[in-house]
Amino acid sequence: MNLFDILGPIMIGPSSSHTAGAARIGNMARTLLGEIPVQAKIHLHGSFAQTGSGHGTDRALVGGLLGMKPDDLRIPFAFEEAEKDGLQFSIDTIELREAHPNTAVIELIGENGARLEMQACSIGGGAIEVHKINGIDVLFTGAFNTLVIHNHDEYGTLAAVTTILSQLHINVANMSLNRAKRGGDALMVLETDQHIKPSQVEFLRDLPGILSLTYYDKEDEEYGFSLRR
Amino acid sequence: MAFHSVAEILELAKLEDIPFWEVVLRSDMEERQVTREESMAKMLITWQAMRDAADAYTGTRRSVSGLVGGDGMRMRQYQLRGKAIAGGYVGEVIAEALSMAESNACMRRIVAAPTAGACGVLPAVLLPLQKDKDLTQRQILEAFYVASGVGMVIAHNACISGASGGCQAEIGTASAMAAAALVSLKGGSDKMIAQAVAIALSNLMGLVCDPVAGLVEVPCVKRNVIGAMNAISAADMALAGIECVVPVDEVIEAMGEVGRSMPVQFRETALGGLANTPTGRAVRDRMQEHQEWK
Repeated sequence: MNLFDILGPIMIGPSSSHTAGAARIGNMARTLLGEIPVQAKIHLHGSFAQTGSGHGTDRALVGGLLGMKPDDLRIPFAFEEAEKDGLQFSIDTIELREAHPNTAVIELIGENGARLEMQACSIGGGAIEVHKINGIDVLFTGAFNTLVIHNHDEYGTLAAVTTILSQLHINVANMSLNRAKRGGDALMVLETDQHIKPSQVEFLRDLPGILSLTYYDKEDEEYGFSLRR
Repeated sequence: MAFHSVAEILELAKLEDIPFWEVVLRSDMEERQVTREESMAKMLITWQAMRDAADAYTGTRRSVSGLVGGDGMRMRQYQLRGKAIAGGYVGEVIAEALSMAESNACMRRIVAAPTAGACGVLPAVLLPLQKDKDLTQRQILEAFYVASGVGMVIAHNACISGASGGCQAEIGTASAMAAAALVSLKGGSDKMIAQAVAIALSNLMGLVCDPVAGLVEVPCVKRNVIGAMNAISAADMALAGIECVVPVDEVIEAMGEVGRSMPVQFRETALGGLANTPTGRAVRDRMQEHQEWK
């Protein structure tokens, strides 16, 4: 926690957990999809389901899917913006077992057919945690630059990625590797201290054994937007 | 986390012979690895965002539930008629606290301080002062460092969210931060800043978080007013040389203890207090019926 977690964030109200965090969850899903979403099914659990309408959680999630940051003045009008941007969405409630009360499950289809199912929760103060991607357990927050790599479960892939990162002088802060079953698909999540350039992301994407790769660049200056009306 | 107590900030200030705000500024430079200019620029953007939020208020927007909106304008008009019991600065503070908290409820852009629900308290006491007394921007920024330093200690040693410690943690902390900022602006000593924080927190201790229908609207908007009023009286008492018998760090610990032992129905769950009145339950039921999606 730093000073500007106490005096901040600059955000659209009314709730850091139900509104700002929800916008971040939407944004994260859009980033991990890796293309512009055209169809979204949003399922709300717990407190998100009970008070999501009154807190604008629904609008903030859709706004996030459209690429809006938590301080974007268009968030209250996200449903109208979605229509303009050609994003079809539906919202309903879901009951999950052992999930945080502020949890959303988002199913996305992108303009080129990419698909993503993500489960994430808003843990307070606008901070989020991603708990599942396409059925595989993960745990990361978006507080770091994050590489999410979907790969074949075979030897050497992890080593190849981390070797490249070390050559680029990029330090890995946290990492996890999970698989659905042996020899199947696996999901690698690496949180890094340094930003990774687009060309470097492309290079990593072309490594053997990698099925898909998305990169979330952490919000460095979200306040830059705040001076715009 | 740089500080573990308010006493530690006071000691550092004394040891290095620098003001309270400078201690907090240096810790931010250390924590986020930024220069003095970068830290102050970000603080200036934060202050600008608060002023933008105040300017953007029109009193015309209503919350999604329709429960709040327009009271900031109503108070401002009443105040302008010159008949207000609390006139002048205090009347403006009331109007500003209502306006900012309503802006939050109505999905406008605000600055959480320390939370979105309590976002009206700190700007409410500062915005009218800035108009009246022609303070320098520099002094305002210094007051922000003082306020956020206080907020960080409370977050570290107790809690700042309604869900973990009730309204005393949310409006209470905002009020303590605002009181500290006021003492700093008025040129009070570091010790007076600590006294103001102790008095402000003590006087809101035990306040429960009982939002109707679970929304940050009722009673949250008007609780921002009591937070601001409490900050003004605490700051004035401290500046007058009045002391709180229990030292500030012990008050913070006590607030944390009260928060932890508070029954869960009084911690943002909307199961107790005003939320559990016949009217509160009726609002909740109506909200659930009218939800756009089921």
